[in-house]
Amino acid sequence: MKSWTSFLAAAAVATALSLPAFAARTDLVIGIPLEPPHLDPTAGAAAAIDEVLYANVFEGLTRIGPSGEVLPALAESWDISEDGTVYTFRLRSGVKFHDGSDFDAEDVKFSLDRARAEDSVNAQKILFEAIDSVEAVDPATVKITLKHPQGAFLYNMGWGDAVIVAPESADTNKEKPIGTGPFRFESWAKGASIRLAKADSYWGEPAYLDKVEFRIVPDAAAAVPALLSGDVQAFPFFQPDGVAQIEGDSRFKIEVGATEGETLLTMNNKKEPFDKLQVRQAISYALDRQAIIDGASAGLGTPIGSHQSPASKAYVDLTGTYPHDVARAKELLKEAGLENGFKTSIKLPPPSYARLGGEIIASQLREVGIEAEIVPVEWAQWLDQVFTRKDYDLTIVSHTEPNDIDIYSRKDYYFNYDNPAFDKVIAELNLTSDEARRNELLGQAQKILADDAVVGFLYELPKVGVWDAKLEGFWKDAPIQANDVTKVRWTD
Amino acid sequence: MTAYLAKRLAIAAITLALASVVVFAMLEIVPGDPARVMLGMNASETQVAQLRQQMGLDGGPVQRYLHWAGNLLSLDFGRSYTYSVPVIDLVTERLAVSLPLALIALALSTAIAIPVGLYAASRRGKTGDVISMGAAQLGVAVPNFWFALLLVYLFAVWLRWLPAGGFPGWGAGIWPALKALLLPALALALPQAAILARVTRSALVDVLSEDYIRTARAKGMPWRRVLWGHALRNALIPVVTIMGLQFAFLLAGTIIIENVFYLPGLGRLIFQAITQRDLIVVESVVMLLVATVIAVNLIVDLSYALVDPRLRSRA
Repeated sequence: MKSWTSFLAAAAVATALSLPAFAARTDLVIGIPLEPPHLDPTAGAAAAIDEVLYANVFEGLTRIGPSGEVLPALAESWDISEDGTVYTFRLRSGVKFHDGSDFDAEDVKFSLDRARAEDSVNAQKILFEAIDSVEAVDPATVKITLKHPQGAFLYNMGWGDAVIVAPESADTNKEKPIGTGPFRFESWAKGASIRLAKADSYWGEPAYLDKVEFRIVPDAAAAVPALLSGDVQAFPFFQPDGVAQIEGDSRFKIEVGATEGETLLTMNNKKEPFDKLQVRQAISYALDRQAIIDGASAGLGTPIGSHQSPASKAYVDLTGTYPHDVARAKELLKEAGLENGFKTSIKLPPPSYARLGGEIIASQLREVGIEAEIVPVEWAQWLDQVFTRKDYDLTIVSHTEPNDIDIYSRKDYYFNYDNPAFDKVIAELNLTSDEARRNELLGQAQKILADDAVVGFLYELPKVGVWDAKLEGFWKDAPIQANDVTKVRWTD
Repeated sequence: MTAYLAKRLAIAAITLALASVVVFAMLEIVPGDPARVMLGMNASETQVAQLRQQMGLDGGPVQRYLHWAGNLLSLDFGRSYTYSVPVIDLVTERLAVSLPLALIALALSTAIAIPVGLYAASRRGKTGDVISMGAAQLGVAVPNFWFALLLVYLFAVWLRWLPAGGFPGWGAGIWPALKALLLPALALALPQAAILARVTRSALVDVLSEDYIRTARAKGMPWRRVLWGHALRNALIPVVTIMGLQFAFLLAGTIIIENVFYLPGLGRLIFQAITQRDLIVVESVVMLLVATVIAVNLIVDLSYALVDPRLRSRA
């Protein structure tokens, strides 16, 4: 009899303990393909760093929202002087770093001065170039004076590379990141996973999830069984060719959105015969963009005709400039004195869009008489040979930085493109804050690039997100490469 | 025996020294700059030069080689450029996965291969031999990543007995950690077992045709005792050699299986370090592996001496 009562008691306890299981789950495992080299967003270009930490652990004065809009973050509000050179930020009060120390204007001054210092190794130091001085007026006010007005300044301050760090932890953030965000860093098992936990001291609306684990799943073939077995519940950046295996399974949701990644067939504009406009135009006519998208990206992705995301307000549709036209391409090659075609090479970095896309493009070029030898290269090799030494004819790469049309005006950039008319438009754009005027200038810039056929504009890289159908709050688009999980929650 | 040992050790030391020169020189030729990889496409040349200096990459190659090799002698393996932690810490973390994985795989493969090899050799030419060696042939031919995915779909997706991949760490408990290593160990073990079974069989077949086996049989010794006591022991030398090679492979050559099961093993550490041009990690880990392979070979050589008394006196 006694044993029966204790059994019943145990059963009652067990039932009581299992009750919270009916409340929504608060843990999540997210799969990411690449491991960040370290955890300091202000000291490296690897997108994987932001994919774990941006908005979750670290915050800046402003932040970029799900549609690419600039939102207030650690700065509650701001004033801009009449001439556009002085920005006065009012900071939020009651903000604490995860180590318990207070956030104030001195931290902002420290972070921005560190990022633009002589010996700074901030991968996007270029974002801070316009800053002349940073002044902590009082603990809740920061005044930033620019050398000249800069249209994109508030946007720039929302990048992961511009997040605010504390002087005490700046040097150790690579291993043990300490920020002000809704999640604090918990642990990093190198090669396996990074764990975050809800930060109780967070100043804003708390996150729904208590525990988030970013698990490194490098192999696309392993991602599908990881989802199916329930080990990993979300892949916000999923390989497009895995979609077919998940499609039709009601347990999962697939969302295809836009990125800021313009995928380009880059041509060395100073090297023969790509220095001839007709040759570049001929190549642009030779490209069948839809066939490339079908073969290299499982049919997902939007064709582009210039360097701007179709999701952007400033986008001008220029895909009609060089429709797929083999006869026209041959004609142009003849005009350029190359009626018998020519031999060239195409260097392909590791991502599948480049390796698969390269093979398709090589066969499309063959149709107009251009023999392109395929040369696969590693990423480090690509950076060394193509990007730094400009030792290449053709290459394929996706430029994933947001709003980066200005790269065509950079001196000595690997495109080897030089057009004073384009530079003039970009110079004015840099100084303009008025949105309508900015969009107008961006339109002009896109038009010039298309007319000059600087590169073969292929398609905008898609963002394919796959997650458990009971999850909501993930970003559909990727205006920046980040996995903001602050609004993610289980709905069951 | 002492002279034998001394000779072996001297050869090992010279091999290590030569390997260090080759490894360093090879990575010196590989194009790519770790600082540029770190800073990406938006950083200026001056900034990249700045970081290169901070990483200690600005000296000449000879100077850097001497510095590195000198540190190795005092067992200082340097600091990773990308992770900025000591290389030895990275290696120990990864060994906590790779070493047990290699040992389990080797144990599984031996446990499968030796009995299969014995069985096939003792039924030479009969149906049992043909079937088991046919299966072994298949095991050698099937790519292990494909087999790995098959195991994942069966045991993780369909039956849900084991995780599809990942490693929770030994801190999560022995059982969860072992569970995570079971499928990858099996995927690694089967092709190795197939090879080992074939080697065991052919070595046994050779031995079984020796005169002393016939003598033993003629004296009326039971077949079982002939097989286990005389034949197997004499057939072990090629088997142990293959096992030594397999262990070295299982320790670091398992990058594909580590990728399929997303395990943080040594193979992936090297692969990741190469792609990020974290040269110091590549150099030091490769040297550690060279040292391990040399040590395993040394042990294999010494175990010959144990298995075969004639080798003891000859040296």
